[in-house]
Amino acid sequence: MGLILLIVLAAVVLYGIAAYNGLINLKNQTLNAFKQIDVQLKRRHDLIPNLVNAVKGAMDFERQTLEAVIQARNQAITAGANAGPGAMHQIAAAENQLTAALSRFNVVVEQYPQLKATGNVAQLQEELTSTENKVGFARQQYNDAATQYNTKQQQFPTNLFAGIAKATPAELWEITDEGERAVPQVDLSMKPKA
Amino acid sequence: MTDDASLNLFQQQEANRRRTIALVIGFVLFFAWLGLGGDLILHLATTDAAPEAYHHSFPWFGLVLTAIGAGIARYGFASGPNKVLWSTGAREVTEPQTDKERQLVNVVEEMAIAAGVPRPRIWLVPDADPNAFATGLDQMHSHIAVTQGLLDLCTRDELQAVVGHELGHVKNLDVRLMTTLAALVGAVALMHDGMGRLMRGGFRVGGGGSRGGGGGKKGGAGQLVIVLLVLWVITWILAPIISQFLAMAVSRKREYLADAMGAQFTRNPMALATALQKIEGAAAPTSSIKRGAAHLCIADPLGRRMNMREGGVANLLATHPPMAVRIARLKGMAFQRLKAEGQFPAA
Repeated sequence: MGLILLIVLAAVVLYGIAAYNGLINLKNQTLNAFKQIDVQLKRRHDLIPNLVNAVKGAMDFERQTLEAVIQARNQAITAGANAGPGAMHQIAAAENQLTAALSRFNVVVEQYPQLKATGNVAQLQEELTSTENKVGFARQQYNDAATQYNTKQQQFPTNLFAGIAKATPAELWEITDEGERAVPQVDLSMKPKA
Repeated sequence: MTDDASLNLFQQQEANRRRTIALVIGFVLFFAWLGLGGDLILHLATTDAAPEAYHHSFPWFGLVLTAIGAGIARYGFASGPNKVLWSTGAREVTEPQTDKERQLVNVVEEMAIAAGVPRPRIWLVPDADPNAFATGLDQMHSHIAVTQGLLDLCTRDELQAVVGHELGHVKNLDVRLMTTLAALVGAVALMHDGMGRLMRGGFRVGGGGSRGGGGGKKGGAGQLVIVLLVLWVITWILAPIISQFLAMAVSRKREYLADAMGAQFTRNPMALATALQKIEGAAAPTSSIKRGAAHLCIADPLGRRMNMREGGVANLLATHPPMAVRIARLKGMAFQRLKAEGQFPAA
């Protein structure tokens, strides 16, 4: 009888250790994924002055668009200064502003074919595209890691050990901009446009 | 979804580690059989010989060949990625020279982030046919190679999709098994070519010996010698064929899985579908990628030549699943995505 009790106890303790370590592992993965977003956001912030300088001369009359980009970038840097998963809402909001400003900027650049032909604008645009993608994929990676972490915390019986591992639900990086979430309208009726 | 996918990933990695070990052990055992079989045949053949004649009693062949096999396996495992890259004539892209190369480096960096693996080293194969492969022994030390043709033909999104597919192979450790297999298949082919002459010489000696034994008083032993001899010779002859079949069996299902993983990284299955269409549509075979590394590639570099020459047999001998099925599956994924997002494809 005592032996059986001992075995059961040992099994519970062993499972507890495994669950604890699993949670810590996921927690660190989530933190690391968050740091990766940070790294990519920093790259993005560093890239923007170069891009703006490269096109400033040719696009003097589009001053408004350029200023919007610069302003959004500075706000994003301020929001990023107090980083950490707690401040994520502010960071996400500022970065989404920047994304919107940059996409408007890209639309404007597309209207100036001669701009892309001269200088290193095409190269800078490739860098910008890549950085935008990296931010997106880093976010995707973070959300996947965070979802896995959150699921493990809530599932039975791992949830019994969540408190010991000081596991708290990680916030997902969501799109807060309504414009980005909106579903594009697709007209399938094939009616001739009036 | 994520939990399920990561569990599958973990199982896949474990399976690949296990299969790599099994492959290496099998390879060494195969060498041991080649050696010890020869020893046994020679031993049985010389037991009836006169007392002053040579008696084969110590398994020299077995020990030497096993040692050789273990040596080749160890060397092949350690140098596999370099050998594969070397055989294709790839050059490493460290400082991108052109806009396209810069784009390739960027795309690989993006996909490494999406896959959550360290950035692999990037190689360019000077070949006009579009193709790509990944090699390496683990996630920390991996390589991605694309041909110049792929770089020229594909859009940014398509390039991203192809790189995503290759990083799928890296992430679930397919590269470890497939690279080891490439190294060992190469070793078997080399050995078979080189030792073929030696084997034919040994066959004549062995044949003479067994005939002598059969003519003597111990008919039973003689028959055993003949059966063993036949088995042994068949193994020698079949070695390259067996290794080829192994390469095929190992790679076909993996391509579907890597397609799915690539689509998961990019969240854009349609780009991979169109990239595969372009790769399929290109007429020339990838001449710089040889048979030994064919199973590593995203599309069979020899496929077209095989189809033209052998027709229906190619279906049996293909190292890759039919392109049409892969494209159809990816289009299905793209449709599912659109449906899940509440959109329907406009075209």
